Amino acid sequence: MQPIYHSLEALFNDLPLKDGLNISFHHHLRNGDATQNLILSYLRKQQLNDLNLYPSAIFPVHTELLTLLKEGRVKNITTNYINGPVAEFLASNPLPGQLKMQTHGGRARAIIKGETTIDIAFIAAPIVDAQGNAAGYDGPSACGSLGYAIEDSQYAKKTVLITDHRVEKLPQYEIKSKDVDAILCVDSLGNREGIVSGTTAITKDPVGLKIANNAARLIDELKLVKPGMNFQSGAGGISLKVTDHLREMLRARNVKAGFFSGGITQSHVEMLNEGLVERLYDVQCFDLAAIQSLKTNPSHIAISASDYANPDNQNRVIKNLDLVILGATEIDLNFNVNVTTDSYNTIIGGSGGHSDTATDSFVSLIVTPLFKARTPIIKKRVNTITTRGKNIDILVTERGIAINPLRLDLLDRLKESHLPIYPIEALLEKAYAYTGIPQEYDLRDQPLGVVEDRDGQIIDTLYTKKRR
Amino acid sequence: MNNIVVGSLESSDCLMTLSPHESRKITIESIVYDAYYEAIHQAITTLLDEHNLHQVHVLCQDKGALEYTIKARLKTAILRYKEVRS
Repeated sequence: MQPIYHSLEALFNDLPLKDGLNISFHHHLRNGDATQNLILSYLRKQQLNDLNLYPSAIFPVHTELLTLLKEGRVKNITTNYINGPVAEFLASNPLPGQLKMQTHGGRARAIIKGETTIDIAFIAAPIVDAQGNAAGYDGPSACGSLGYAIEDSQYAKKTVLITDHRVEKLPQYEIKSKDVDAILCVDSLGNREGIVSGTTAITKDPVGLKIANNAARLIDELKLVKPGMNFQSGAGGISLKVTDHLREMLRARNVKAGFFSGGITQSHVEMLNEGLVERLYDVQCFDLAAIQSLKTNPSHIAISASDYANPDNQNRVIKNLDLVILGATEIDLNFNVNVTTDSYNTIIGGSGGHSDTATDSFVSLIVTPLFKARTPIIKKRVNTITTRGKNIDILVTERGIAINPLRLDLLDRLKESHLPIYPIEALLEKAYAYTGIPQEYDLRDQPLGVVEDRDGQIIDTLYTKKRR
Repeated sequence: MNNIVVGSLESSDCLMTLSPHESRKITIESIVYDAYYEAIHQAITTLLDEHNLHQVHVLCQDKGALEYTIKARLKTAILRYKEVRS
């Protein structure tokens, strides 16, 4: 049985505190997470330096990390997504080491292979039983699936659960007692409203509706709507609208899909309950409906990051995807997609599962407006490559569709199509007709880090932002 | 005389503020500065020339407006500016 602690002092008396520690966190509590701040503020008070951090994602709530960065105590950061003040800080302050942006599948792969070694994994666990098993579907800080924390629990030298809710016995759990070395009890894991944003709203914007409509018609013409089809979509407003169209098509044709995977929302849950899909493979719950369903519906299955997307895992779920709908901040004439930085070289996110699903899915489809606030989304070369162009098949905008010329099979299926299909170069010209041709500029300053694809290959370099 | 203010700070719009100045002065703050500063400056200069306006400070706070939006906002501002001054 693991020791149970009620104070950080007691916990860290028994843990190896030293400079250069490798520590990890998961991001299932999203912008409501209080646990990373709790741990990092303690490490700061202990004056630790050269820390190597492996959070699966970084959100605006993670202010202690920002303080550690300002004090120069962080050497390397390896993560899948950064949004908010930490990204803004890194834009002008390179690390002593480097920033490495991985994918969800790539992070799991690196941990399992030993490329990433974690000294201590701090795992916020919304519900923990007397044996030390843990899950995320219940408790006052319920967040749903704990998928991104599973490999951390299995491979870290020490695994510490942080919880605000203990019960006698859990009927189902994701983190196993045998992988847990200590349990820290706290009053609260975080802010409920930040954990479940609940604002995954379907787009009502006419441009978004047009894009979703184009995408749905294309999916239909490609004959992807068929019994047993496996599908994933992001939680963006346009992606959700495409999912909505898919729901109508499945209903109208009395067809049942196989599985939906990835981040799960109320839409996916409703389709499961309606019998339009057999199973949900859930690596992250986006809203309360998803959490409730995960708790009660046996066909709604929590999976680990490795079972979701690790390229070395032959049983990974996304290998069987027929279609994934994804977004893009930029896409270039070679179909490379950027969701890591904006067009002005500020980090605004990261791959998450973008490259993983685009690479594995039979068809990867990008939905985006042709331009946003004058900035054309199509570029000659993206600012940062998040997902390589060979893995991106289709771009759908409100004013036209482009098919990656590598996909001769898809082009062949669309020979008779009346949809507005153009070469991507022609779509760029259409964008320029509205926006004007942008002047040449280069906002890259000093090297900041790298983008590592799911297989470990470095596919691009990140730079700090040049200031005018 | 009060400044003339036209437009908004919504995404894809711009806010134009015109005020008297001894010479022509153009200030551009834009979220697309790096890609479109020249184009925005050119659009403003051309329109000011067309309206023969030289002693004015134009402050363009741009949130990614397309060129016709910039021109429409500025033209409205110029006409109001002249109306108030006449």
